[in-house]
Amino acid sequence: MIKLENIHRNFQVGDQTVHALDDINLSIQDGEYVSIMGPSGSGKSTLLNLLGLLDPPTSGTYVLNNTSVTELNEDQLAALRNKNIGFVFQTFHLIPRLTAEENIELPLVLAGIEEKNRKEQVNEALVAMDLIDRASHKPDQLSGGQRQRVAIARATITKPSILLADEPTGNLDQKSGLNVIEKLEQLNNTGITLIVVTHDADLGARSVRSIRMLDGRIESDDNPGLA
Amino acid sequence: MLLLRDATRFSWFALRANTTRTLLMLLAMSIGVGSVIILTSLGEGARNYVTAEFSSLGTNLVIVIPGRSETSGADPATMIGITERDLTLDDAIALTRHPKVSRVAPFNIGAAEVSWQGRKRETTIQGSTHELLALRKWTMTQGQFLPRADIDRANSVCVIGSNIRNELFGPRAALGQWLRIGDRRFRVIGILGSEGQSMGFDVKDAVIIPVASAQSLFNIPSLFRIFVEVKTREAIPKVMTFIKNTIRERHQGIEDVTVITQDAVLKTFDRILSALTYAVGGIAAISLFVAGILIMNVMLVAVSQRTSEIGLLKSLGASARAILNLILIEAVLLSTLGAIAGLIIGHVGSWAIRYAFPVLPAYPPTWATLASILIALVTGVLFSLLPARKAARLDPVIALASH
Ligand SMILES: Nc1ncnc2c1ncn2[C@@H]1O[C@H](COP(=O)(O)OP(=O)(O)O)[C@@H](O)[C@H]1O
Ligand SMILES: [Mg+2]
Repeated sequence: MIKLENIHRNFQVGDQTVHALDDINLSIQDGEYVSIMGPSGSGKSTLLNLLGLLDPPTSGTYVLNNTSVTELNEDQLAALRNKNIGFVFQTFHLIPRLTAEENIELPLVLAGIEEKNRKEQVNEALVAMDLIDRASHKPDQLSGGQRQRVAIARATITKPSILLADEPTGNLDQKSGLNVIEKLEQLNNTGITLIVVTHDADLGARSVRSIRMLDGRIESDDNPGLA
Repeated sequence: MLLLRDATRFSWFALRANTTRTLLMLLAMSIGVGSVIILTSLGEGARNYVTAEFSSLGTNLVIVIPGRSETSGADPATMIGITERDLTLDDAIALTRHPKVSRVAPFNIGAAEVSWQGRKRETTIQGSTHELLALRKWTMTQGQFLPRADIDRANSVCVIGSNIRNELFGPRAALGQWLRIGDRRFRVIGILGSEGQSMGFDVKDAVIIPVASAQSLFNIPSLFRIFVEVKTREAIPKVMTFIKNTIRERHQGIEDVTVITQDAVLKTFDRILSALTYAVGGIAAISLFVAGILIMNVMLVAVSQRTSEIGLLKSLGASARAILNLILIEAVLLSTLGAIAGLIIGHVGSWAIRYAFPVLPAYPPTWATLASILIALVTGVLFSLLPARKAARLDPVIALASH
């Protein structure tokens, strides 16, 4: 479960303070499917990075699965990211010299899991993402949709409770974009909390709960009552 | 925590993905290690060569040189206005009167033209006595060495080396022939064996005549050296004191000779040449340091090129320490490979030197091999610390956004 209280995130740009997040209060239950929409610069990515423990708030409290993460140190945050958070980026962020399979197993490698114990999980993920015949291809030998599915497999390989996707279809054509969204929704159906930032109103409409942001604030939240 | 094996593989892939950079760093590193090994092997070779040369002078040898060594300050002889006295044959005879002295060989030297039936050659003429043969551990292939005779008898006989014999006599018999040396004639009574070389005199080029004959041939009444062979090593200090006292008595109370042991000469050369080896080794080690700086710069570039990758690893749960380790492992891999390549270059290089100059035992000393590998690894890691820490401290959000 995610609970944000009075979250602020300020950036200092020269002598200007940018309030990227301005007093955010938000609760998200396990297994929810949430879309975050809003104009460019409204703070969607900043919110997602904060939820993903990549970026600390300037002030406020963030409780994740009953742990107050604002009090954790760098190493604890890294371990928590590895176990509990999966990220999917607009630009895929695959390592070009590694094969699909090797990209997918990276979180397990970073967690220090033995090679023989990784194979099984990597195989399951390849099957789930329809990539079994692409396992040993490098990213430049894959289509955009395939690359994003590799990224999704990587994000979910440690069986995290939360999957964060920042414009996951932004670099894809409509057909493969839809395919990627279906994969994400499939994962949500198995119980993972799915939070998707998107520009696309059609995609936004597919989610159970839709949040609109404006100028670092939550402008509307069509289902806050779940909190 | 990231397993070492996986970290190593990850870093290895990173190195392989950037061949030019990797090869460049390997080159710098291997040249550094290789030059340490080659230069120190040259130094060691020179040291061993000189040591061997001096050892061939003979064992338990004490050398008496006319003139006071400058090391003991002002020369008393020149201070009170007396010129130093020459070393004479009588001095040499006086030195035989010690129970621990086994042999004394007075020694003279000069350059002269040697000729026989129109064939000529300029060479160094050594004047000495019967004792020189055993003292220098030479052998004869034909005839006799200088006869056992009174030290001051100027017999007209000579002993020659194989080169002299070949050049002057060719295939004809040399024994019994009369050689012209300068303006005198000497009968050849023996041919030296070609084994042996000492202090620049190749035995093959030697022409040896009785010391008294050399004195009158070159018109020098003094001696160039007196070689004294001592029966045991332990007796050397006693004999040296005896020599100094005897000469002082004979030279009106003035100690106007320098007495050195072959050991001392050897040790001095050994010290000088060891210092030289360390010096060239040190200079070569500087190139390793330069390689280290190169590694630092290239790693800094690598880190900034891979900023978004480092951001990604952090988003996947890599701790700052894991990132640090990945970069350091890359540096260790590079240094290790560079050191191995350098070892090969160094050993092939010193082999080539030995092949080209067989007299020079240019074997790299173990300490140089070990030290160069150690320096390679330490500089590699040390100079990668800065880039590695830079990588570890990257803000993941900013890093991910970079492209
Ligand atoms: N690292 C940063 N430094 C300065 N300003 C930033 C930084 N990150 C984001 N911002 C600013 O914060 C605001 C929100 O940005 P962002 O969360 O990326 O918006 P969105 O993803 O909704 O387009 C923007 O005004 C942006 O310029
Ligand atoms: Mg954004």
